[in-house]
Parts: sequence; structure tokens; C-alpha cells
Amino acid sequence: MSYQVDKKGYYGDFGGAYIPEMLYPNVEELRRQYLDIMKEESFQKEFKELLRDYVGRPTPLYYAERFSKKYGTKVYLKREDLCHTGAHKINNTVGQILMAKRLGKNRIIAETGAGQHGVATATVCALMGIECIVYMGEIDIERQAPNVARMKMLGAKVVPAKSGSRTLKDATNEAIRDWINNPLDTHYIIGSVVGPHPYPDMVARLQAVISEEIKVQLKEKENRENPDYVVACVGGGSNAAGAYYHYLDTPEVGIIAVEAAGKGIESGESAATSALGKEGIIHGSKTLLMQSEDGQITEPYSISAGLDYPGVGPMHANLFRSGRGEFISITDEAAMKAGLELAKLEGIIPAIESSHALAIFEDRKFKEEDIVVVNLSGRGDKDLSTYIDYFKL
Amino acid sequence: MNRIKNTLAQDKKLLSIYFTAGYPEPGNTVSIIKDLEKSGVDFIEIGLPFSDPLADGPTIQESSGVALKNGMTTKKLFQQLEGIREEVEIPLIIMGYFNPILQFGVEEFCKRCAAVGIDGLIIPDLPVEEYNEKYRDIFEKHGLSNIFLITPQTSEERIRFIDSVSEGFIYMVSTASVTGSTKGFSQETRDYFKRISAMNLRNPQIVGFGISDEETYGQATKFAKGAIIGSAFIKHLNSGGKHDIPGFVKAIRPV
Repeated sequence: MSYQVDKKGYYGDFGGAYIPEMLYPNVEELRRQYLDIMKEESFQKEFKELLRDYVGRPTPLYYAERFSKKYGTKVYLKREDLCHTGAHKINNTVGQILMAKRLGKNRIIAETGAGQHGVATATVCALMGIECIVYMGEIDIERQAPNVARMKMLGAKVVPAKSGSRTLKDATNEAIRDWINNPLDTHYIIGSVVGPHPYPDMVARLQAVISEEIKVQLKEKENRENPDYVVACVGGGSNAAGAYYHYLDTPEVGIIAVEAAGKGIESGESAATSALGKEGIIHGSKTLLMQSEDGQITEPYSISAGLDYPGVGPMHANLFRSGRGEFISITDEAAMKAGLELAKLEGIIPAIESSHALAIFEDRKFKEEDIVVVNLSGRGDKDLSTYIDYFKL
Repeated sequence: MNRIKNTLAQDKKLLSIYFTAGYPEPGNTVSIIKDLEKSGVDFIEIGLPFSDPLADGPTIQESSGVALKNGMTTKKLFQQLEGIREEVEIPLIIMGYFNPILQFGVEEFCKRCAAVGIDGLIIPDLPVEEYNEKYRDIFEKHGLSNIFLITPQTSEERIRFIDSVSEGFIYMVSTASVTGSTKGFSQETRDYFKRISAMNLRNPQIVGFGISDEETYGQATKFAKGAIIGSAFIKHLNSGGKHDIPGFVKAIRPV
């Protein structure tokens, strides 16, 4: 049994394309072409060159010596925080903009929560000279002013999503509605491994460069390709999908997914989908999602905007249900503490999303000889005001 | 299914009205249905509110939000519809997104629909392939027509496939848009109506999206069997607390 997507676009019970007929031609066009396009030599060449010369890949695999010593195990950090624009998100947007060009699309839309994916999309649109419209919840626009300004500087139009709860899920709804209204010239760059097939697989493949590099780098450092564990935070789950990708079907590598417990799983203010979610449909995909008994999608909460999503990608839902992945949830408090700790021990200020992955070491014990790779998905610059408020810095 | 087929067999152009259950007031589902029938509407689409209605524009989104705040649920809707068949004869169709139906249980949902006298379902985010493979037997067992959408971008091959799976009518989305656009129909849209009409499909077509007045109703029904009005009716229901359902219907289709 494989943990990769099957021919029908499912990961076990999860995935598929539950979309209105209005989206069918666009999604079907993408489904028919994405693998062929990604295999093209010219695509691969352009993608790899941009990842190297523009994004700054490969990102280092860094042995965190003091952090390792504190927790009595061997911890490597995959430094996605060093990517251009500050997080792994740009791996996907570089790939998708090349895809959009080959599909003949000249207008790009995207959704964004905290603004990281919006900035990464606006960046590649500026690079290619393509029109860019980013949907962002009205509440997030207020909370994330610096990223809104960055997108504007990069030439993107930021459109407030005023429906529903006015956050990420509503921004996604608005982007989908835009795509329904503009079926011919527009490509929708989804920022995570969510949405209708083929998006979860396409985004996972574009992020798979993360685990591809880990394999090579670990071989150089430890003379082995496989760590004992790969750890990543999961909101929608794109950085996790990239970090796990080449290990999914290697059972000796443990997969650890870290979700945001918010103020605690039972608090009513949480985003821990595996603990709180049930099977359902969100944004065109059958997956685990947080919802009422009546099937209304509920609003998640996390201090970290990047983990504030009521679902998870279908790959992760399958890792959870099958038991292939170990799912841990981390509260705001534990994440913030871990972020501060990494800053003090290693001189690296992580994004609060990534801090969730770092926080597991407090309770989840590893053997001294274990090699644990943590995907450090983003840097903490964007979170400075949250860190300042929280720690009264 | 027979009620839908009997209505479609009538020698006239049909008018269907959509409203969101639980809007503007939680308790007026039955009275709206009765008023619509009395006003001469041919069939009714009852919207099951959803938190994330992807294919809908602002008007229906807002009505869904209000309905949910009013406490409307799938269970409540079925309670309200109990006994409706003692009073109402025209076909009743539930239009809703798939997630609430999935949570209710597809089989249980269909059973309840049949029990209260629902004739068909429109589930925009349940693709025809998934329906065919997993749910068709359940729907058919309970005598429910599942209505599929086509759009100006749907290929001829796919339209033929959808026609082969459909029992009742095909919901023809007028333009590439979410619900509630009111710009009138372009020549291109009218050509699309004509093109579909010329395909001589098994199932008649009813046009939806973008129909708001007598003119757009007339344009849509020139080539199609009927037309559906949703957002314009929702707006009417919200126009200052007073609504005049017979007057609204008469303005669309003068007797």
C-alpha cells in the first residue's frame, strides 16, 4: 500500500474533486496536464534554476547542537526559513507560475491567511510580469498589515474577503468564486496541499524538493539517507507534505505531524483537526475537517495564522487514519516557549508555525542515537509583533 | 420523480423559484412554499443553508449566513416539511452543498426526502462521476431525481454524459459566474442557449444564474424549457420586511 495519491486522486478514503461543474473544465485541464508538464525537460530546467538562483536552494540541513544536547537526541533543522520571502511557500509558487505559463494563463489568483502564500505568489508574479490578485480575509488584512504592504509593493491587488468569518477559509472561497467567474484566462495558485485533485498532489510534488534535499544532505552528514523521524507542523500541510514526500513509503522513517491545539483541544479555540475533525468536504476535497454536527464548517483558532485552517490536506488525513503518521498537538503557550528557546539556543527566530514542531521535544522523548529532522518551515520576522506582545519584549 | 416529469411534460415554459430555508425568518419555510405555489410557480427549490457556499454570490451567501444564525439545520428543515404534501402539489427540490448531506448520512437524507415528499436534489459540489459510482443507487431507491449542472464551458461529450445520467432536467448555468449576476444576457449567452437546444438532449433544460426579471426570463425560456430565479427572489424577501410573492412572480411572468 502506498501513501501517495492514487489514479483517481485519493489518498485512501480522502481526496477527490468535489467541485461545482463551473470549475470542472479548469480543474480537468490541470489534472490532464500537470504530470506531463512537470516531466518536461524545459519545465524541470527552469524550475531547478529558479529554485537555485532565485529562492536560494538547496536550503541547509543544520545540526542543532545545543538544542540536541538539551533534549538528548540528534536534531537537524531543515532551513526552509532561509528561502527567499521567508518560508517554504515559494517552492510551490515558483512551480505553479511555470505551470500557469505553460497552460497559457495570464491572470493569477491566490488565497492567503497570514499573507505568506500571498507574498510568495505576488513575488513570482512580479518576476514573470503576470497580473496577480490575492484574496485575504478582512480580519487577516487588519492583523497582517506588513504582508499586505509587501504584496502591494510587489504589484499585487489585495482583495478583502468579506464573507463568513472573513479569514483564510473565506479567502479561499472568494478565490474559488473568482475562478468560477473567470474560467478562461486565470490560474488559481492554491498555497497548500488542499483543494480538489490534482492540487494536493501537485503542491506536494513541488514541495517534495525539501525531502529530496534532506536525503542527499543527510547522506553527506550521517552517511544515511533516512532519518529516524521527520517532524513538521501541519495547517493545510504543504511544508509537511514536502518534508515527508520521499519518506512516505519508507516505513522505517517515522512521520510526526504537529497540529495547533490553540488554547487547548477541549477549549473550543483550537485548530487540531485530527483530534477534532470528522470526515467531510472542504474546498473541493474529502478530508478531515472541523465542523458542527450539522456539517457546517467551524472556525478554527491558533495563535499562528498559518495553522489556522479547519481542515488538513487529504494526504495527512490518510496518514492519520492509517496510523502511518503520529499526530501531536501543541498549544499556543508551548509553541511560543519553543520559539523563544530556539532563538536562545541556536540564534534562529522561527515562525510560530514552525515553533509548534519544535515544541514536541518537551514531552515526546527520542532515543539518544535517533536522528530527528525538523522542518523549520519559516522564519519569525513576520511574527515579531506577536512575539513582542506575548513576551512583553 | 413523477411530479417533476409530469410538470416537465406540460406544454408551457416553466418558472422555478429558489429560496434559502430559514431566511429571512427561521419559521417561514412552509408559508413561502405555499405562497409560491399559489402564485403559479411551477416548481420550487428549497436551499439548505451551508457555511461555505462556493458557487453562490453575495446575496445567497448572506441568506445562508442569516439562516444558520437563525438556527436552521437539516433536521429542522425536515421537521418543517413534514405534512407539506397535504397542502402542496408542485415538485419540490432541495438544493444544498454536499457536506451537510454527508454528515446527515446520504442514505438517511434520501430516506427523509422521500418521506416528506421531496422530488429531487441539486448538489452543486457532488460531481457526476462520484454520484454515478457511489450514490446513484441510493437516490434511485428513494425515487429522487438528481439534477446536474452544465455551463457554457462544458464540452459536448460531457453534456451527453450528464444527459445520460440525469433523470428529470438539466440545470443549465447561463454564464460563467456565481449566482446573483444581473447584467442581462449577451449574444454569446443566447448563442449558447441555442446550441444546447439544438443538441436534442433526452432531458429538458432549465436555465439558472443571472435571471432576475421578465426580460431575462424571456430570453432564457426562448430556447429552454424553463428558468430558475434565486438571488432576485431572496432580495425581494428582504426588501424592507414586507414581501409580495404573487406580485414578484407576476412581474417575472405576466399571466
